[in-house]
Amino acid sequence: MELRVNGVSHRVDADPDTPLLYVLREDLQLNAAKFGCGLGQCGACTVVIDGTAAYSCITPIAALEGKQITTLEGLGSTDRPGPLQRAFIEEQAAQCGYCIAGMIMRAHALLLKSAHPTDAQIRTQLEPNLCRCGTHMRILRAVRRAAESRSANPREPK
Amino acid sequence: MTRRLESGCETGVRVSRRAVLQGTGALILAFASGRRPTAQEAAGDRARRGLLQRPGSLARQPYLDGWIRIDADGEVTAFTGKAELGQGIKTALLQVTADELAVPLERLKLVTADTARTPNEGYTAGSHSMQDSGTALRNAAAQVRELLVAEAARRLDIAPERLTANNGVVTAEDGRRVSYGELVSDTLLHVQAQPTSRLNRPDRYRFIDRPQARVDIPAKVTGASAYVQDMRLPGMLHARVVRPPSYGAQLTGVDTGDIERMPGVVRVVRDGNFLAVVAQREFLAIKAMRALATRAQWQETASLPQVQELTQALLALPAQDYTLLDRQDPTLNLTSWHEATFTRPYVAHASVGPSCAIAQFQEGSLTVWTHTQGVYPDREAISELLGMPSEKIRCIHVEGSGCYGHNGADDAAADAALIASHVPAHPIRLQWMREQECAWEPFGPAMIARARASLDSRGRIAAWEYGVWSNTHATRPGPAGNLLAGQECARAFRSPAPRPLPQPEGGGDRNAIPLYVIPRAKVVHHFIPSMPLRVSALRSLGGYMNVFSIESFMDELAQVSRSDAVEFRLRHLEDPRAREVINTAAQRFGWARRTPGGRGKGCGFGFARYKNLAAYCAVALEVDIEAGSGKVRVGRVVAAVDTGQVVNPDGVRNQIEGGILQSLSWTLFESVSFDTRRILSVDWSKYPIMRFSAVPASVEVHLIDRPGEEFLGCGEASQGPAAAAVANALAEATGTRLRDLPLRPQSA
Repeated sequence: MELRVNGVSHRVDADPDTPLLYVLREDLQLNAAKFGCGLGQCGACTVVIDGTAAYSCITPIAALEGKQITTLEGLGSTDRPGPLQRAFIEEQAAQCGYCIAGMIMRAHALLLKSAHPTDAQIRTQLEPNLCRCGTHMRILRAVRRAAESRSANPREPK
Repeated sequence: MTRRLESGCETGVRVSRRAVLQGTGALILAFASGRRPTAQEAAGDRARRGLLQRPGSLARQPYLDGWIRIDADGEVTAFTGKAELGQGIKTALLQVTADELAVPLERLKLVTADTARTPNEGYTAGSHSMQDSGTALRNAAAQVRELLVAEAARRLDIAPERLTANNGVVTAEDGRRVSYGELVSDTLLHVQAQPTSRLNRPDRYRFIDRPQARVDIPAKVTGASAYVQDMRLPGMLHARVVRPPSYGAQLTGVDTGDIERMPGVVRVVRDGNFLAVVAQREFLAIKAMRALATRAQWQETASLPQVQELTQALLALPAQDYTLLDRQDPTLNLTSWHEATFTRPYVAHASVGPSCAIAQFQEGSLTVWTHTQGVYPDREAISELLGMPSEKIRCIHVEGSGCYGHNGADDAAADAALIASHVPAHPIRLQWMREQECAWEPFGPAMIARARASLDSRGRIAAWEYGVWSNTHATRPGPAGNLLAGQECARAFRSPAPRPLPQPEGGGDRNAIPLYVIPRAKVVHHFIPSMPLRVSALRSLGGYMNVFSIESFMDELAQVSRSDAVEFRLRHLEDPRAREVINTAAQRFGWARRTPGGRGKGCGFGFARYKNLAAYCAVALEVDIEAGSGKVRVGRVVAAVDTGQVVNPDGVRNQIEGGILQSLSWTLFESVSFDTRRILSVDWSKYPIMRFSAVPASVEVHLIDRPGEEFLGCGEASQGPAAAAVANALAEATGTRLRDLPLRPQSA
């Protein structure tokens, strides 16, 4: 079947019941989405599907034909980080970092819908995602910083 | 900026050129008088008195070229036996090395824990990395720089004091330059380190004590390969284990036939009670594992205590008593005693990413990529498990999900290694499932503490008695019997008898001795060898529970003596650094001006010096308890920290902030649940941890500047103080003291 990930179409040869997470990691060799629980409880696997944050660990690829899937890799690279990624670097918002890809993708979904989220909206949006290192304060600051930098630079790609 | 290396009149330090040139004799140091000696000078003083010991891990691995290598093209590589666990150690080690070696940080490479390449520094644990490896690399770098300058002096025929080292080049006053790459030879750095080094002066630091962006973060926030989970090796296969349903369960039968015939399944591995499946693709390995689990028959025993009666069950087990402190004062006339008992349940490391490892067995050699805390001890364990000489095994640390102590990392490495020994040639990638991580990781032990104290007429503590009951906090490999695969395989390795970790650092008794000055004091560690649940090291070991208990009890005593909690602590403290940390936290929080507590709102304070020998940390915070639900909202949190010489200020803040939030999660939410057979808290719905809705409104961390002092280690320093602060705030808010963790005000 055909999967559209980060703006590129990929022909994927996997069972339709395979959760998207394994196809991203194994077939497309994308590292960002992580296995955390396989139950949709921790958010480490979060990607954005048609503008909405989703748990890739419990979303079978059969449900994804024709949908636009965005992973952390779609927001930028180490050499050219996107605004959210830059904000996470500037705030040094990671310890082990295992949860961060999911955090950024869920924040990305919020910023797609709301350019000026309140602090309460950011917290509510990130509620499904777990961080064990206790990096929450920095994650919140990074999302706020990214939101503000977008407002300041309206022509920056969103 | 350039730095003069030889400037006796400026630094008050003179160095014998001959000693430097020979690289053998101890450096002869003389100090200017009239000020307190720095840690470096104190070390020099010890050296003069003949108490020579090389600093940090140089004591264990003295050769300089084991730590620092300079290639002919000037490329510099530092080596550490410590591992990046997300605590930012790589960056801090690069900072100290770059500073002392006088090279730009971005030109330095760092190789971390790898049995084929780096020194053996044991485990990356106990907030020891800066003390052990930071101190070693810093001194090694300084000594390498001195050797390079001495070599330049020889070649240029000029006194070393007329040379400066900067940016990897030694420059003479007359403008002649020679690069490190040109100076270095095969043998120049193959010398043993001296006990003392001419370290950079704090006012000349270029990287130390300056915020440095962590080198590991860009890859982590962009999806570059950053974790062992992200490795993809040619020919790699995916494995999953089928763990027993409960501790000690015996595999009485399993029909593997139709599993092995599933397309894409490579094979089923059975070795005693150890059961695993290997497949070509990851999700297929998971499906095969699930199918295999339904075909396995296990004989289980009900060996666990009733969770509701855990305290009584633990106290009923035989204990070995160790008296840690017994200070008598027969002149005391004690009238009344105050008593309290505190309990903590089993707590999980609960990393967000389940443990993972890759192992490849090829031509009689085994390579294991693992997020273990100790590549060398892990290698010994795997060597015993597989009956292979350890020289044939290489363990390479690759980052995994957060660590926080002895979690499933070593077990996953052993699982992968055992499977790889049955399926040679292919790299075997093994990752645990969520329920396996939650059920099988070694937990932080359940503990009980009893405190008793008597106050004198002036409101000071006259007598203090404290007992703590705990299992061991150290069942790390080492021995193969400490690995799940070791226990489950047909050879059934037995775990060695548990032993308490010795003071002064201690295990269950870590921080059991109060830092407060009390005339009569007795502290006893009741060590319980028998372990109903699998336990081992969780961040700060017993320090969390003992500080929670002592600092809760201090507030109770302050209340009895009608004293302010902060003032009451200061009344019993002589250590000026402890007092400064407490005063700083109190002032920055506005403790003296705070609103009186009650009606669901309260403030709390907690303090400890981690292990009584590492970083000092005080935490003040406010809570607001939602009426009806009892939900605890933590508002403003203020912490003060003295961790000696700070290397990466933002790194310290990140560690302290993280420790506070993790401790709040342990303290307010966490408890491993089980019935008499099985662990029940096997996912995030049954083992809830802090989510964003419970995150404090703000966290401030104030660092106390201690230029030139020893590194103290801060990674675990805030666990205990944060727990005590929230306990004390809840008591002020509700008027009811909660002593059983996790603290749930609605149950009061």
